[in-house]
Amino acid sequence: MTRQLTCIGCPMGCQLTATIENGVVTEVTGNTCKRGDDYARKECVAPMRTITGTVRMADGRVISVRTRTDVPKEKMFDVADAFNRARPKAPLHIGDVVIADVCGTGVDVVATANRE
Amino acid sequence: MKKVQLAIVGGGPAGLAAAIAAREAGLQDILIIERGEALGGILNQCIHAGFGLHTFGQELTGPEYAQRFIDRVEAMKIPYLLGTMVLDINENKVLTVTGRETGLIQIQAEAIVLAMGCRERPRGALNIPGTRPAGIYSAGTAQRLVNMEGYLPGKNVVILGSGDIGLIMARRMTLEGAKVHAVAEVMPYSGGLKRNIVQCLDDFNIPLLLSTTVVDIQGQGHIESVTLAQVDERRKPIPGTEQVIPCDTLLLSVGLLPENELSLSAGVALDGVTGGPVVGDDLATSVPGVFACGNVLHVHDLVDFVSEEAGRAGRSAAEYVLHRRSAGRTVALRGSSGVRYTVPQHIDADAMADTVTVRFRVGQPYRGAALCAWAGDKLIRRIPKRILTPGEMESFPIRKADIPADCDTITFTVEEAAQ
Repeated sequence: MTRQLTCIGCPMGCQLTATIENGVVTEVTGNTCKRGDDYARKECVAPMRTITGTVRMADGRVISVRTRTDVPKEKMFDVADAFNRARPKAPLHIGDVVIADVCGTGVDVVATANRE
Repeated sequence: MKKVQLAIVGGGPAGLAAAIAAREAGLQDILIIERGEALGGILNQCIHAGFGLHTFGQELTGPEYAQRFIDRVEAMKIPYLLGTMVLDINENKVLTVTGRETGLIQIQAEAIVLAMGCRERPRGALNIPGTRPAGIYSAGTAQRLVNMEGYLPGKNVVILGSGDIGLIMARRMTLEGAKVHAVAEVMPYSGGLKRNIVQCLDDFNIPLLLSTTVVDIQGQGHIESVTLAQVDERRKPIPGTEQVIPCDTLLLSVGLLPENELSLSAGVALDGVTGGPVVGDDLATSVPGVFACGNVLHVHDLVDFVSEEAGRAGRSAAEYVLHRRSAGRTVALRGSSGVRYTVPQHIDADAMADTVTVRFRVGQPYRGAALCAWAGDKLIRRIPKRILTPGEMESFPIRKADIPADCDTITFTVEEAAQ
């Protein structure tokens, strides 16, 4: 099977066609450089995203958070739900873990701002 | 009257980087004046990742990027005022300032860096017909409500304009449980970054309707629906293409305007295209000792470029106070044939650094084109570009050594691909 996608490597936005056989990308066409090839191979097999959002702290304040690294794209809404359930306590600093191993991804959610 | 060697108006990314650079250049007496309750400016509400790839080689969120600069300002013990607003700057560089800590005071500055940023183009500037109900927000206002106040403005959203803030908010509100029905863009192309279209719209199956605009807004107390219509090549709505979309929220992401009321009161000359001050290669405005950087100078897409530019403004301001550079031969820079403007607008061919980065935007998308710099009819540099779009600021380095001795104007143009 083939899949169409838009490369995000640069403003060109090449329209890529990836050929996928047995879960493996066998061919990428439409790209003008290697970045398009790399992007299509990863995006078609295991798309990943860094999820950012906010968490309401126990004292009512809002703090911004992120997944420390990218997580599987299909977990986006689960991670967003986890943000809404967390009620961390102050103080929190950039990099402090707010949710450990979010949604079984093995990735921590960390604070991206300081709240004393 | 309180005196200060360098007053920096605005404690966002531009003001912070300018302050750090001025201190590193040897200036001790610096004061940052910030209207908001925290340093960091707009970065505090830009909680998505993607900042700092050029500066730090990693993708930080806005607050993380800002904190790196705030930490340096704190470590350098550079004084700053929060919740304090500059009401006026006069031609003699006297700032009239009001704030809880200061009361109403005047400050005499030897040099000033303007770093006030920009604001969003409001509904009133668009002439959208219809009623005036609640539920219509600029994208940045919605961003502040969601990301800093913790409120979701609505559940059924239409976004007008495909600028990056609108795209980012489409994703943000979707992840918070809202349904974004469409992003309408009056132009036949998006003004946002390709990456944002893919990761903020395509990821969530949000339609991007090009050559489409809002032609009516319905609802009395609160917005109930909007009418979208396709537009022709002259951006006039095409009768018969209207569709009504029920919604409780309309976000406007239709452009940013440099905020230059203080620049005007100081007598600073503005550029009609950028809406920001006219500056030289040292980012000096038309008023001696007043410098400008960041989104007040021209609207940027990448904060990394703001930090770099602001560093230059801070160094120039320090140099102005400590040992003024002698003026040399002025060469005007101008855009033509597809290049809408340049920043800086002129350079000093004698005093300039060996290489000066000239930044500008093009007026429409081009493929397979080249950017050219001309001294009269002499081509001094040509840079091939696979793609040029109005949404991406271009950087064009000009080497001092390449400027002919008899040159008084350098013109930047787009050379279109042969048909």
